[in-house]
Amino acid sequence: MKKFIPLFVGLLAVSAFLVSATISNNDPATNASDKVSVGDKAPDFTLKNVDGKMVSLSDYSDKNGAVIIFTCNHCPYAKMYEDRIIELNATYAPKGYPVIAINPNDPEVQPEDGFEEMKERAKEKGFDFPYLFDEGQKVYPEYGAQRTPHVFLLDDKMTIRYIGAIDNNPQEPDAVTEKYLENAIMALENGKSPSPESTKAIGCSIKYKK
Amino acid sequence: MFKKLFLFGWFGIFVLSGVSGQEELKNPPLTIDDIPVYQQFDDMQYVLEYNNDTTYIINFWATWCKPCVEELPYFEKAYRAYENKPVKFIMVSLDFKKQLESKLVPFLNARPDMPSTIVLLDQDGNTWIPKVADEWDGAIPVTLFYNGNKRKFIGHSFESYDEISTIIDSFLR
Repeated sequence: MKKFIPLFVGLLAVSAFLVSATISNNDPATNASDKVSVGDKAPDFTLKNVDGKMVSLSDYSDKNGAVIIFTCNHCPYAKMYEDRIIELNATYAPKGYPVIAINPNDPEVQPEDGFEEMKERAKEKGFDFPYLFDEGQKVYPEYGAQRTPHVFLLDDKMTIRYIGAIDNNPQEPDAVTEKYLENAIMALENGKSPSPESTKAIGCSIKYKK
Repeated sequence: MFKKLFLFGWFGIFVLSGVSGQEELKNPPLTIDDIPVYQQFDDMQYVLEYNNDTTYIINFWATWCKPCVEELPYFEKAYRAYENKPVKFIMVSLDFKKQLESKLVPFLNARPDMPSTIVLLDQDGNTWIPKVADEWDGAIPVTLFYNGNKRKFIGHSFESYDEISTIIDSFLR
């Protein structure tokens, strides 16, 4: 029996290897080694807006900050937050924290998230903030965005200060008890660090080709 | 809960024996009362903490989530394939409160091979998501495999039945 033990251990090792090898993961965000954390400088980008113009993060360098929200058309969680995002921009853009929405999804995987469809949605809902298309999916992996919606709050130095959810109740806006993003903006306004500096939330995975 | 498993069992037998749809209707379809619905994560946390010889496979999904629905056939196949093994599947639906009767129930009734489904309505994701797995950010689907203290968390969808069975086999060995 004893001489079989090394064989058994070997088999275990091989099977463990097989498990890890067969679980392929092509998610560009997971594989990005340089994705940002709170305290890092926000990666710059230049992306096409629904009005056809190019928008860069550096265009916002004179603001008090910016609210980057990875969101999209199709995701029910993104839809649930649309009105709240419009309201956030209405409240905080005048205070120097404008919203920049970015659709990270590959329309070949999720046709509802195509550029034409984005234009329609922006018009329907009256988005008064940029709704940018991450064409080629180069930007969201740099941020390490994992889902829609996923928020990154920047300060006046374009440093990331908060990552996560907008609030703690996607389905029932009236039952929200923690407005994570608004509290984080208020903290920056008061020269403080947001607490919590990151939160988790259920959302749709970002759609990429496998 | 037992009533539900019983129902699933009957649906399964009908499908396996290839009985016509008309006869299938003799079985009452699932209703919302057959599905355990949890308002708070803490009330269902025991599902993640069984400590016995069974390997548990906990999948978080929703009918509105396309990649979740796309991987369901692999779970349905595994559910049948491991029927006689110490393996239990629990599908945790994160469907919306308002759509349980209109979407989830008909969806489950159309899928006789679905393993047991429970519903979690807890909206405070920031509190409960880390209790499932530290590395989980909140996007679905995800799957947790565990047996006692041995755990494996998969934070993305499966592309094949073999990916699931390979992991289950590594737990059964």
